Amino acid sequence: MKEFVKGLFEKNPILCYLLGLCPTLAVTTNVINALTMGLSVIFVLFLSNSIISLIRKIVPHQVRIASYIVVIATFVTIADIFLKANYYEMSRALGPFIPLIVVNCIILGRAEAFASRHGLVPSMLDALGMGTGFTLVLFVIGSIREILGSGTFLGMKAVPGFFPQFLVMILPAGAFITLGLLVGAHQALKEKRGRLPAGQEKRGRP
Amino acid sequence: MNYALIFIGAAVVNNFILTYFLGICPFLGVSTDLKKASGMGFAVIFVMLLASAATWGIYHKILTPYNLQYLQNVAFILVIATLVQFVEMFMKRFIPPLYKGLGIYLPLITTNCAILGVTLFMVLKDFDFIESLFYALGAGSGFLMALLIMAGIRVRLDSADIPAPFRGAGIALITAGCLALIFTGFSGMMK
Repeated sequence: MKEFVKGLFEKNPILCYLLGLCPTLAVTTNVINALTMGLSVIFVLFLSNSIISLIRKIVPHQVRIASYIVVIATFVTIADIFLKANYYEMSRALGPFIPLIVVNCIILGRAEAFASRHGLVPSMLDALGMGTGFTLVLFVIGSIREILGSGTFLGMKAVPGFFPQFLVMILPAGAFITLGLLVGAHQALKEKRGRLPAGQEKRGRP
Repeated sequence: MNYALIFIGAAVVNNFILTYFLGICPFLGVSTDLKKASGMGFAVIFVMLLASAATWGIYHKILTPYNLQYLQNVAFILVIATLVQFVEMFMKRFIPPLYKGLGIYLPLITTNCAILGVTLFMVLKDFDFIESLFYALGAGSGFLMALLIMAGIRVRLDSADIPAPFRGAGIALITAGCLALIFTGFSGMMK
């Protein structure tokens, strides 16, 4: 259970390690794109972490990164083809960002840092936790940008008509600024939480 | 003329970092000083050119004739990883000064999404061989430019008085946001 929870807030891959920023910023112009990306990443991360944890004793140390990349690329291709076959519009909207999950550092990072050293069950939980943490952040950024930028939430009208729409939130600039503010808020929250119980552990900047 | 348009389009109008968000990790990682930034930038241009030439050949001469386009992701990432390894060994052996300059940045490039991004966009936009090279050159130059601008700003940010939680990554992202806003000014230049 510990392996699952740590990915959600304390060691959130996006806010703490700044991993996997490309999809985080690129696809969060609305909530539905963000969720699709999040679910694809959970799918790939879960399966690749499981497989890598199973083969970790067979793969020679020198070629492990290349082998991990092949495993990851296989699952990414499955996800890509699945989206193309069943949700063509969505696959068009996400463009090359689904294939780009291959180089999403979260996935290779978890494979190298966790799955290659732990058994099957902890690796699965770790993947689910990290994936959920990732999706959560994507959902938050997607919501902020969609509500402020186009005044809708999941395509439905969300704000009263007189409320202005900030075009900048849909533009790339809005993504950077939203994420910057979130990282700052996360850092501030963590510092506050860390200080309450005796304040013995002091963490560096991310 | 067409080639010039592709180059400018990739470098300025659709800057890879600031509008496609590709290569953000090295963008935030090495933009802390100008020397590192320029080393990384040139290494990226170099690998991008080679990678797009290689993947263009593989996609159009091997995958397409045999209807294997669905292997695109696997094939491209393997080509890029191999290429980076190969370039590193070649430079170490034959051009030591260049290796000293770029060497440490090369392994990092394998996981730079900008490289895979260039090759994927190249397939998506259906470029011919020469167009692909200009596209890669433009994307790489745009990457270098954004990296240098950011490094220049971050040197000054070090001495600025920033609220504690925002130091480091937070303020870097917000700065990138302002840069991206400036770059949207170019978007009217091309359709």
